[in-house]
Amino acid sequence: MSKTAPKTYITSGHSGCAGCCDAFAAKFTLMGSGPNTIVVNPTGCLEVMSTPFPYSSWQVPWIHSLFENAGAVASGVEAALKALGKKDDVKVVSIGGDGSTMDIGLGSLSGAFERGHDFTYVCMDNEAYMNTGVQRSSGTPFDASTTTTPAGKVSFGNPRPKKNMPAIMAAHGSPYVATTSIGFPRDMMRKVKKATEIVGPTYIHAQAPCPTGWGFDTSKTLEIAKLAVETCLWPMYEMENGEITQVRKVKDPRPVEEYLRAQKRFKHLFTKEGGEEEIKKIQAIADWNIKHFGLQ
Amino acid sequence: MIDPAYRKKMVVVEGSYAVAHSAKVCRPNVISAYPITPQTHIVEHLSQFMADGEIPNCEYINVEAEFSAISALIGASAVGARTYSATTSQGLLLMHEALFNTSGMRLPVVMTVANRAISAPINIWNDHQDAIAQRDTGWIQLYVEDVQEACDTLPQLYKIAEDNEIMVPGMVCMDGFILSHVYEPVVLLEQDLTDNFLPTFQPENILDPEDPKTFGAFATPDTYEEFRYLHEQAMQKALSKIETTAKEFEEVFGRFHGGLIDGYMLDDAEIIVMSMGSILGTVKDVVDEYRAKGEKIGVLKVRSFRPFPKKQICEAVKNAHAVVVLDKNISIGTNEGALFTETKSCLYNSKVRIPVIGYTVGHGGRDIRVESIAKVIEETKKVAKSEITVESQFLDLREELL
Repeated sequence: MSKTAPKTYITSGHSGCAGCCDAFAAKFTLMGSGPNTIVVNPTGCLEVMSTPFPYSSWQVPWIHSLFENAGAVASGVEAALKALGKKDDVKVVSIGGDGSTMDIGLGSLSGAFERGHDFTYVCMDNEAYMNTGVQRSSGTPFDASTTTTPAGKVSFGNPRPKKNMPAIMAAHGSPYVATTSIGFPRDMMRKVKKATEIVGPTYIHAQAPCPTGWGFDTSKTLEIAKLAVETCLWPMYEMENGEITQVRKVKDPRPVEEYLRAQKRFKHLFTKEGGEEEIKKIQAIADWNIKHFGLQ
Repeated sequence: MIDPAYRKKMVVVEGSYAVAHSAKVCRPNVISAYPITPQTHIVEHLSQFMADGEIPNCEYINVEAEFSAISALIGASAVGARTYSATTSQGLLLMHEALFNTSGMRLPVVMTVANRAISAPINIWNDHQDAIAQRDTGWIQLYVEDVQEACDTLPQLYKIAEDNEIMVPGMVCMDGFILSHVYEPVVLLEQDLTDNFLPTFQPENILDPEDPKTFGAFATPDTYEEFRYLHEQAMQKALSKIETTAKEFEEVFGRFHGGLIDGYMLDDAEIIVMSMGSILGTVKDVVDEYRAKGEKIGVLKVRSFRPFPKKQICEAVKNAHAVVVLDKNISIGTNEGALFTETKSCLYNSKVRIPVIGYTVGHGGRDIRVESIAKVIEETKKVAKSEITVESQFLDLREELL
């Protein structure tokens, strides 16, 4: 980071893997939200690697309760700050993975958004349950091989496309929903800052490639993240009050094959008979993104 | 006879209203609850107090499930708010995972449980299975006998739970419908007296950007055991705190419902009936009849089930000839209620050698009649004279349905 970059509030020394996406996501989130932030962190890699008692990497107040209740815990933090007259000065930010956000914690998060609590939820989406060893989540993309949707003689991996989580959060009437990527730190910091400055429940969905779970070299985390955006498999946009207001254009989209070939979780698409047809289906997802979000 | 001046202070209200009023005068900062029969009226009355602006500096969160109710209070309590919820039955079971989490993080959340049976079969009436199923969650559990005690125990429990030496959450367990929906004369807690009795909540550790702290860290085998040990130590400290707090309450309000336990006609009792909750009123009526006939029957009320007052129970029953325990719950597979099992357990290594038998009673709200209690006492008298033939059994089984 350059000398002019904002200060971050999670220290090194945690036990994240080399090239860990969660460490990037937490770092950029706090660089966006600043020091007057209370972090609510559901169970996951980030929580485990950053707080082995008696150590903590967090230089802001931080609470971890359970896997599936970050939305509710954040609601309580926000309500208590209001009741005690402290809310004006303090931001409440929850940082959770795709499992805790899109699956097991969705009910609690939905409740918190529907009630209109003033907080920001950041989903760092590494597209599977990495903490337990790469099992599929509803964020796992089509045809990715995971330990519970392995590619095999009669399987191309995960049979379903990703759940459209930003649309779900926008449907709650959220004033601000944005997608971003850890491959674009400035974009992520700007969006988190904006989200935390808007009153009401705001949502940031950041793609966060996991070297261990996706199968790429630990030096390539940010490169893979950029490739997802450049192949239009990860559209970056902002929604204000349900309407798309900003889109990051991709001038010359690269074929999805480049992104898929770089990761072991898609290796079977290049070795198994019928893989070419599958790659076409994934290209069709990127083409839909280009059209739907006006990426070009 | 009730003193006429005191009688003047009494009003006839629904149990749920009286409890909601009690929660209000404890000045909670965050209330979070989800409706479920028979607890619903408590949170409805609190909602009305909020709508009328009667609870200052308080936020009420209408959550989407009990799991979120308790989770929201975890967050709120960690910020330093005094917190309140009320639930029962399936709602309490839905909270189960988070109950451990609340107590493990040593957050002194307080709630009222309007005890109700659990499903299946679905049943909305009273027994204690819901709260007994939470006995290992590390919460203080105080069982109350009547509406006045349900009201009076709330500020006591805040004082116990929020003590910096304790910092353990707690539940006031009151019998659903029997107490939550009954209209009976009570003294609604006075705000000024409650303020005198209950200090403001001042935890040593809170979530505050000025002094960042980490809550809910990850503990390895190197450190986990000590967290459990310290939690147990805090519960042991709560034993004496429950006693002193009940006395302090009496000094301010003039009412005493027992500390860890309470006795009725206990001193010379040869046969002792032990139980928890509203059933004690019926038992006392039956005991009065026996006493009128000159028979030495007494009642031992267990008010604190967690922490479990082993020493006090041993001391209270040591001179009896036999004890019978009435449980509104059962641990299926042992054919015993929890109070019965634990009473036997605490006597085993003591010098007290008396027979103890148990009945599981009132499942799913089945009425417990005076005749049935008398039958239980007659059986216990036999045990005192000869030996135990049936150690534990269901009361008032309808054989024709089996």
